[in-house]
Amino acid sequence: MKSVSLQSTSETAGPVVSLHNVTKTFSNATVALKDMSLSIRQGEFVSLLGPSGCGKSTALRIVAGLSSPSAGRLVWPGERPGESDHDISFVFQEPTLMPWATVFANVHLPLKLKGESARAARPRVMEALEMVGLEGFAESYPRELSGGMKMRVSIARALVTKPKLLLMDEPFAALDEITRFRLNNDLLRLWEEFGWTVVFVTHSVFESVYLSNRIVIMAARPGRVVADLAVDAPYPRGEEFRTSHLYSDHCRLASDALQAAMGDEAANT
Amino acid sequence: MTAETEPARLAAAALPPLDAVEAAKLRRAKIDRVARWALPAAVMIATIAGWQWYVDAYQVPHYILPGPDRVAEALVRDWPMLWPALLVTLQITLGALVIATIGGVGLAVLFAQSKWVEMSFFPYAVILQVTPVIVIAPLIFIYVPSKIVGLLICAWIVAFFPILSNTTMGLNSADHNLRNLFQLYGASRWQTLWHLRLPSALPYFLGGLKIAGGLSLIGAIVAEFVAGTGGLGSGLAFKILEASYRLNIPRMFAAIVLISLTGIVIFASLSILSHLMLRRWHESAIKRDG
Repeated sequence: MKSVSLQSTSETAGPVVSLHNVTKTFSNATVALKDMSLSIRQGEFVSLLGPSGCGKSTALRIVAGLSSPSAGRLVWPGERPGESDHDISFVFQEPTLMPWATVFANVHLPLKLKGESARAARPRVMEALEMVGLEGFAESYPRELSGGMKMRVSIARALVTKPKLLLMDEPFAALDEITRFRLNNDLLRLWEEFGWTVVFVTHSVFESVYLSNRIVIMAARPGRVVADLAVDAPYPRGEEFRTSHLYSDHCRLASDALQAAMGDEAANT
Repeated sequence: MTAETEPARLAAAALPPLDAVEAAKLRRAKIDRVARWALPAAVMIATIAGWQWYVDAYQVPHYILPGPDRVAEALVRDWPMLWPALLVTLQITLGALVIATIGGVGLAVLFAQSKWVEMSFFPYAVILQVTPVIVIAPLIFIYVPSKIVGLLICAWIVAFFPILSNTTMGLNSADHNLRNLFQLYGASRWQTLWHLRLPSALPYFLGGLKIAGGLSLIGAIVAEFVAGTGGLGSGLAFKILEASYRLNIPRMFAAIVLISLTGIVIFASLSILSHLMLRRWHESAIKRDG
């Protein structure tokens, strides 16, 4: 239901997932995505950058299997045809925690749904909490935490399954800037350490340049890819990168591409 | 937890000077704490005293309006007769509440499984709710041979609707992103119900339960009035009917007092239950500053 896998033998080291000419039309006749093709390669940190309504979240939801393409194909090269368990995690814009459950229980959830008891899952849950620096808050309830801490719990929950692909839908958009910078740094550190593949949806040029090694710029009406930029600044990136020329150059490039995309759109309408 | 209480404790220990507004707020909070109990108690005492004074001053005959002293006297004197009647009424009330809870939640879960089922049957739940129980009760007592069962059915009809409608609403109000998350991790329908939808519905259900507690008492009393005659174990409503035939007004008052107290106790117990179940996480049970 979620994908049509192609038989592939040579590409296993290449893309984790590919979209081939994916189009999504909603029942109210909105064309959210038109003819989008994109390959996410193993170990990449890809940002989908664009104005609201450009279909970046729709694309992410299609990859997650929360939405199905109206036309086109989604291909998982590393998997057998028909396999439905894609080993992915999703971080929403809101922390999306269960308010009635402790931090531990919230992070345990993905494992619990796969049938792992709290006792058996304890080491992995605690490990995920340590990754985000919240090992001391396992028995707290979400309402006792700040916005940034809740988002950390949300990230820990996404990491507890050790996913092959981490999908993040504007995860830090609702946080204050100081907290957002700190979580940016933590996310980069974890990514370098564990080498997952990340697809990160954002509407912030600065955030996308700081985090990713590839930026896919999208335009709206209809949602489509207009540019695919490589950010070849080396990792690890830290506060000095934020103030470097390299950073501002890349920001300008991305910003120009985004402006061009939105200019086209203004001309079309 | 500690993060929240720690600054409060430090502030209390150091006692920095308060500005006028904060000091007034503190003073008002202190007065409020006492007033919450003292005011209703004072009004209650004044009402009873006024009632006693009126009855004495105007020499109202006790078969029209007995004073509180006579009501208290009746309560003590008739206790051997009122207590078993109270137990019967209580039995029906609690029995109906239990069945209403099981039935209300059960139906709500059923409705939540399928929109079609909900669309088909919810109107009937509304019809049962809006038709006054007092007009259905005589039919029920004709169709159902057992008086106890008839009483339970009547009380259930009155009490189950708030539980059904609140729980249905609660089950449908689970956070949308959390639903997506459950879907993403391949949760079964049962897992989603048990780990997501039922906990989301809990505050709604408890709100419905508080209403249903009072309604099941009302349903039990109304049904007893309709069922009439004593026989095996008659409840407080029948004692009121019987006392009215004999113009034993103090006993009527005594029975009414018992019914009111029962209602208050039921409401208070359900409020405590609700608080205990929600105090760790739900907004309604959390105290805030400012």
